[in-house]
Amino acid sequence: MAEIVSLAEAVERTIHDGDAVAMEGFTHLIPFAAGHEVIRQRRRDLTLIRMTPDLIYDQLIGAGCARKLIFSWGGNPGVGSLHRFRDAVEHAWPTALEIEEHSHAGMANRYVAGASGLPFAVLRGYNGTGLESLNTGHETAPTIKPITCPFTGETLTAVAAIRPDVAVIHAQRADRSGNVQFWGIAGVQKEAVLASQRSVVTVEEIVDQLDPRPGAVVLPGWTVSFVARVPGGAHPSYALGYSARDNDYYMAWDAIARERGTFTRWLDEQVYPVPAGQL
Amino acid sequence: MTSQVSVEQPVTYTADEMMTVSAARALRDGMTCFVGIGLPSSAANLARATHAPSLVLIYESGTIGAKPGQLPLSIGDGMLAETADAVVSVPEIFNYWLQPGRIDVGFLGAAQIDKFGNINTTVIGGDYEHPRVRLPGAGGAPEIAASCREVIVVVRQSSRSFVERVDFVTSVGYGSGPGDRERLGLTGAGPKKIITDLGVLEPDPVTFEFTLTGLFPGVSAVAAKERTGWDLAVAADPEIIAGPSPAELDALRNLQRSSE
Repeated sequence: MAEIVSLAEAVERTIHDGDAVAMEGFTHLIPFAAGHEVIRQRRRDLTLIRMTPDLIYDQLIGAGCARKLIFSWGGNPGVGSLHRFRDAVEHAWPTALEIEEHSHAGMANRYVAGASGLPFAVLRGYNGTGLESLNTGHETAPTIKPITCPFTGETLTAVAAIRPDVAVIHAQRADRSGNVQFWGIAGVQKEAVLASQRSVVTVEEIVDQLDPRPGAVVLPGWTVSFVARVPGGAHPSYALGYSARDNDYYMAWDAIARERGTFTRWLDEQVYPVPAGQL
Repeated sequence: MTSQVSVEQPVTYTADEMMTVSAARALRDGMTCFVGIGLPSSAANLARATHAPSLVLIYESGTIGAKPGQLPLSIGDGMLAETADAVVSVPEIFNYWLQPGRIDVGFLGAAQIDKFGNINTTVIGGDYEHPRVRLPGAGGAPEIAASCREVIVVVRQSSRSFVERVDFVTSVGYGSGPGDRERLGLTGAGPKKIITDLGVLEPDPVTFEFTLTGLFPGVSAVAAKERTGWDLAVAADPEIIAGPSPAELDALRNLQRSSE
């Protein structure tokens, strides 16, 4: 059964230096508060996994938490670049960042394989792209390979499973037994949690009983390690039914992240001093 | 581009508005359309607000049949989920909906595009490990470009972005020419149009090289060639595409105003 603890305790007990961590949430329900707690606890050498690094990984990368990034689209949606991500790749600041990149379809299927307990997943994808040759020629283990269908002989693409040490997600609600419920754009959070060894879920509220919601995903408490109540914990992303995406913040981030100095000041003012204890 | 173009009516519009209107016209009512964010999303929403009210907009966030009343900033804004016919997970949108070839048209942007319609959104300059410019990467585009029945690309034209050969193939158009899509097992027909702020390019039926087939009012073929990084072929008699109607412009500006 999931333990209900403070966010600081959840992060402290699950995420260690060098871990592979997947903080998921596809535009919706991005666990920003948990990301900031990881920055405050000054975790290092993480392998960060996320389909869309978004602002959350721009922040973690700029704060020096990451050694490697596994991703499929690293932009600020509708705005432009993730400047801290670019600075790390183009100039190794604050430290060199190894990257392993995929398409969305490839990443989604890698999570599906991880959640399914399979070593790989199969899709039609990557054929003729530079991503395919990058991955087959990579010095580390390739994560994209051709595979022949045993029934038709057709050549398809296999992608290696993702099995993170820790998944971190934000959800609308949990009950007191740690059963988690989220709805709206569901992304790959279910797959990420089921593919991971451990998991942290921040929630808008903890309720006595989870009444049914159309299209809701429920993660039973025994699939989750820790639940922490963090209202607004997805901001500037959002939790459908609780908050709206703060598009102005996404646009304002461009200027904050563009220069190292303004970013560092943002960390010092907005992230490090915030008290870690959240009920 | 913010340059103002005047036509005989007192209707002024920008090159970007012309591009968006032209892209919207390429969508037929009732089509299913997998929409990228930015210019493609503006055009697809304009089509739905004008001649194609039954256009089915599909975003990679898993929102199928989204009916936003204003332009979303991201592919996952709340109004997309709230107005969708169905909301599915990300593995499902790619595996069940895109991969089998159910979607009529993929509507994509590009940072760099070449004469065979291959798209680069990954790296520019240098080598992969040490790029001069690191772009966002692939997102949903490689499989959209592979599996939609056809693809339309909407992108501003410049000699830096329209190149002989892309620095990195993120999403395949016609590869190196005829036969490549079949050889690679790509099930969709590939890019049928590149719509720019100057006009429209379509693939030559034999060589598959993109050729200038349409020009917006006041734009010359010479200007289009100057803003192309390869030796752009021009159709014998390129169509002069009608400027935006007042209704099209009104609808577009209303959409943009409501999103501010």
